[in-house]
Amino acid sequence: MTEPATPYMAGRSATPDASVALRARIPGWGVDLDPKDRPSFPREQPGIATGAHWKFPDRQPEDQPRERSIEHAMLTPAFGTSVPLKGASGAIRRYAYGRYSEGRAAHWLLLIAADRVDAWENHLASFASLRPDNPVTETGIGSEFSGHGLASRAGQRVDVNHSWMDPVIVAGPWVLAGLAGAAVLRAVRRGH
Amino acid sequence: MRAMVYRGPYKIRVEEKDIPKIEHPNDAIIRVTTGAICGSDLHLYHGMMPDTRVGSTFGHEFVGVVHQVGSSVQNLIPGDRVMVPFNVYCGSCWFCSRGLYSNCHNVNPNATAVGGIYGYSHTCGGYDGGQAEFVRVPFADVGPGRIPDWMDEEDAVLLTDALPTGYFGAQLGDIVEGDTVVVFGAGPVGLFAAKSAWLMGAGRVIVIDHLDYRLEKARDFAHAETFNFAEYDDIVVHLKKETDFLGADVVIDAVGAEADGNFLQHVTASKLKLQGGSPVALNWAIDSVRKGGTVSVVGAYGPMFSAVKFGDAVNKGLTLRMNQCPVKRQWPRLFEHIRNGYLKPSDLVTHRIPLEHIAEGYHLFSAKLDNIVKPLIISATA
Ligand SMILES: [Zn+2]
Ligand SMILES: [Zn+2]
Repeated sequence: MTEPATPYMAGRSATPDASVALRARIPGWGVDLDPKDRPSFPREQPGIATGAHWKFPDRQPEDQPRERSIEHAMLTPAFGTSVPLKGASGAIRRYAYGRYSEGRAAHWLLLIAADRVDAWENHLASFASLRPDNPVTETGIGSEFSGHGLASRAGQRVDVNHSWMDPVIVAGPWVLAGLAGAAVLRAVRRGH
Repeated sequence: MRAMVYRGPYKIRVEEKDIPKIEHPNDAIIRVTTGAICGSDLHLYHGMMPDTRVGSTFGHEFVGVVHQVGSSVQNLIPGDRVMVPFNVYCGSCWFCSRGLYSNCHNVNPNATAVGGIYGYSHTCGGYDGGQAEFVRVPFADVGPGRIPDWMDEEDAVLLTDALPTGYFGAQLGDIVEGDTVVVFGAGPVGLFAAKSAWLMGAGRVIVIDHLDYRLEKARDFAHAETFNFAEYDDIVVHLKKETDFLGADVVIDAVGAEADGNFLQHVTASKLKLQGGSPVALNWAIDSVRKGGTVSVVGAYGPMFSAVKFGDAVNKGLTLRMNQCPVKRQWPRLFEHIRNGYLKPSDLVTHRIPLEHIAEGYHLFSAKLDNIVKPLIISATA
């Protein structure tokens, strides 16, 4: 009878390459063999010199009301505000931050919903600007032609199981908006 | 200045923006010379990360030159060449003072569950990122480090996230000599994790992906055995057979929530945002590790729930370890490994894309065209 597979016995039946062979084959094999001699071990280590020369940092001024998680006791001493709250998406986000902790699904789902609203607010606003959104350049679709895109596509790619629906999802709302616009025009014309 | 700007899911453009200002006495303004697009930027690009606002600039992997410093900055002066860890952190809070830099409590008012990350949505603090000509770097005395004279700028940019994170992934696996280590995902982080597993004494390193050109990198660059999961009906069973039905001692998830799983996963996660991502890789990790083994997670996951097979993790007695990497703690050792020739991070760079063409870069990377592994972003002023 052949030996049973490893898990059915105490020892391993299959032995991997011996360490000596590995050391010869793999540059640097085993140089960090000792788990206690690896960076960021142990996970928490008191008294690390980080370069901080303050007990508590200076506080960045809050020039405008800054949203924050209700799990924080205060506004943190440093923060970014790359895009301040504004519009309907801003109202949704303010509500999500003001009402729900990070533990609540509603918090994150509202923020995700606000992101969709934000994208639409900005697309619409862009049409009233000198630089409307351009679904061709902004999706980088040009690289399909410049970066061996078609050639790579002919082989394998990561999104085969859904690439058929991506154009629908990206272009669909634009088509719908166009149709809605046409319908409005038609209704207006009929009204006259 | 010119900066990449998010316009909504799958849409970005380059715009004129104001050069960032000093907003805190310990800020520095860095002129970016080389940046990178990271796999985790794709979560933002796909609209998966909550509170990713239109108008924000991505990019948490960058190196550059100090342009201006705030009044309390002592360690840097204009003109210094610096590399900046992706973590924004204060160096003095409860967490930082214990070395948990990625978990800093003083830099992200928007959440307590995640620290600050450059260019990674308001959920991660609302900081603009380095896919721009200039970027604001808070706590300049704490985060950035001078690039050693002997170090390549392209190695340095990979030291801001991908390499330390990969190394950290291997480290979280608690690898001991002779362990069989499986890495899911042959992107830069997975490849660095595979390579690091050898440094820690692994006996066998197996990398799983579905793109042959990335698996080829795993063989050449990381000396790994490879399997393309698309070629197997059930990759978990295959891995069991490969490990004499024991399972791997350590499995590293270097994929994260962006894994393209089955159709249902894709629709509920990527399209409908009902899950924080599709945890296909994580579930495979839980299934293919041996009982009592360790699963290390360094793939990016959003704050929302994912359908993770927790019961299996319980019943198998697994240790699950995970965190964002505290980058700067890894640097001294990784510098040594680079100098000794054990690691050459820039070998993974496949594309160097001018900032003006970053939309094409994102599309290439997102669709994995042109055998892309790691794209760098070259600043117009560099
Ligand atoms: Zn990254
Ligand atoms: Zn801190």
